[in-house]
Amino acid sequence: MSLKRKTRELIKRREQVISGGGEKAIKKQVAMGKLTARVRIQALLDKNSFHEYDLFVEHEARDFDMDKKVLHGDGVIIGTGTIYGAPVCIYAQDFTVAGGSLGLMHARKITKIMDHALKMRVPLIGINDSGGARIQEGVNSLAGYGEIFFRNTLSSGVIPQLSVILGPCAGGAVYSPALTDFVFVVENISKMFITGPSVIKTVLGEEISMEDLGGAKVHSEITGNAHFYSLSEEECFEQIKKLITFIPWNNTQKAKAFPPKKSKSEYKVEDIVPSDPRQPYDVRDVIRAIVDDSDFFEIQELFAANIVIGFGRLDGDTVGFVANQPKVLAGVLDCDSSDKAARFVRYCDAFNIPIVVFEDMPGYLPGVDQEHAGVIRHGAKVLYAFSEASVPKITIILRKAYGGGYIAMNSRHLRADFVFAWPSAEIAVMGPEGAANIIFRKEISGAEDPEEMRKIKVKEYKDKFANPYVAAAKGYIDSVIDPEETRNMLVHAIKISANKIDNRPAKKHGIPPF
Amino acid sequence: METEKKNKSLVIEGSKYLTHFNKKFQDRIKWVHPDERIIKAVLPGSIFKLSVKKGQKVKKGSTLFIYEAMKMRNHYIAPIQGVVKKILVKEGQFFKKNEVILEFE
Repeated sequence: MSLKRKTRELIKRREQVISGGGEKAIKKQVAMGKLTARVRIQALLDKNSFHEYDLFVEHEARDFDMDKKVLHGDGVIIGTGTIYGAPVCIYAQDFTVAGGSLGLMHARKITKIMDHALKMRVPLIGINDSGGARIQEGVNSLAGYGEIFFRNTLSSGVIPQLSVILGPCAGGAVYSPALTDFVFVVENISKMFITGPSVIKTVLGEEISMEDLGGAKVHSEITGNAHFYSLSEEECFEQIKKLITFIPWNNTQKAKAFPPKKSKSEYKVEDIVPSDPRQPYDVRDVIRAIVDDSDFFEIQELFAANIVIGFGRLDGDTVGFVANQPKVLAGVLDCDSSDKAARFVRYCDAFNIPIVVFEDMPGYLPGVDQEHAGVIRHGAKVLYAFSEASVPKITIILRKAYGGGYIAMNSRHLRADFVFAWPSAEIAVMGPEGAANIIFRKEISGAEDPEEMRKIKVKEYKDKFANPYVAAAKGYIDSVIDPEETRNMLVHAIKISANKIDNRPAKKHGIPPF
Repeated sequence: METEKKNKSLVIEGSKYLTHFNKKFQDRIKWVHPDERIIKAVLPGSIFKLSVKKGQKVKKGSTLFIYEAMKMRNHYIAPIQGVVKKILVKEGQFFKKNEVILEFE
């Protein structure tokens, strides 16, 4: 056989495998409003950059007549490519082939590309669209999941890992996304749960739809399992691409710097924040007023919206922002917002991204539900994460910094590198009303007009302590700044911290309050 | 475009803050003091065997009934000492989560 003929045969074989689960299955996939695995990869990666491996892998299952079945590529596509020139390793489960079910060879393909990503120190993107374990392959499919989870853990904090849920992802399969850094979901397409509606109905008698149990909205708003929510696969791919521009390829590098840009003039820092600390505003506008091109890329927008996290650039460099959001629940810390902030701080720390905190919070959310949900250990995560982080850490106190919240939100005492306060800052052990009630209890209750006395005492406390100067006098904050100076101060603080060295005692690892 | 929601007030340490509530906060369940005399199902299941009768004096720690749930037969242990006032289920009967099974006087 001549080389030409052999090459023709290769092309024929390729075409066969690339057809996936065949026309009928592809039609079904499209009818569900979903793209096929290969189309997804093409849509996400730079044009013509994708190179596929293990195309001709075949399963080795023999039981239950599996030996008579041909499963093209064993239901998963793996390969490498680029996103805006950044190298990535990628896998995409092909639902048209045996429902994207995970058998031994399917898992082996995934772990191969995972090993590759870790070795090459490049981001890993996993597109999940699978019915779950391939039951016919029994314990081999469980072994496959385990091998994936182990590698997710091994790679955690070394290379960025992104999970894209574009179909069902149920049972054990959900744990791979849960172990990765960012989870993307799409309305009506993504479904994640440990036990599905049918099991819940038979065992518990509770009836619920897949969407209500583990749809995109549920995981974006209620559980916090997802980080990015979108209405279409195309929008989802745009989010992934944008995220890739903000993060480094691995933990030994810094995120790519972009040409510096000014923030847009429509966001004016001094016009956003009301001086009355009890009035709400959208803290994201403060971030937009500060960052390059006013481009703030928010993460977990819908979950625990009382804290805001995300990326922006300052003078071209990526910065991770953590900000209390007075617009939602007055910006309190609670179980969910603590989890959200702490995890993001650890992400930034692992990947050499400086952290900027905008603080304006009245304290912790009171309530039996919070206490019983373990707000103590959840809240402790914030302390742990900020204390542990050794990247440049800067705090700007906009208004309220009361009590435990003051300590938790990257205070000097947790080794913030710079703490700045606006003149509107109130750094105190608690809010003026609460403090006056305790300190002046006798004077208030003994007064002829207790209400009037309370007002007088609250004002007295406010005048004396509800300002940044008491903390400034002790050096707990480095500077009281004009709000207009915020961007310049931050840009300078980050530049000056570029070579920060913060050595910590050697240990295997800490024991964070998980 | 975001729809403008009306501000609500949230009191923290005596100060009243204007803000919005999120879904989870709005949907939170108010805590009520549990009544030990009322035995409710923690899981849905069925009664395998009733070990006590109405009017019977029961010691704390003795089995009230055996129920099947999550493919297991479990003994329900009396959390208090008392007299059984009411039994609301029969042997073999299915019950839902939070359904009242038995009441003490």
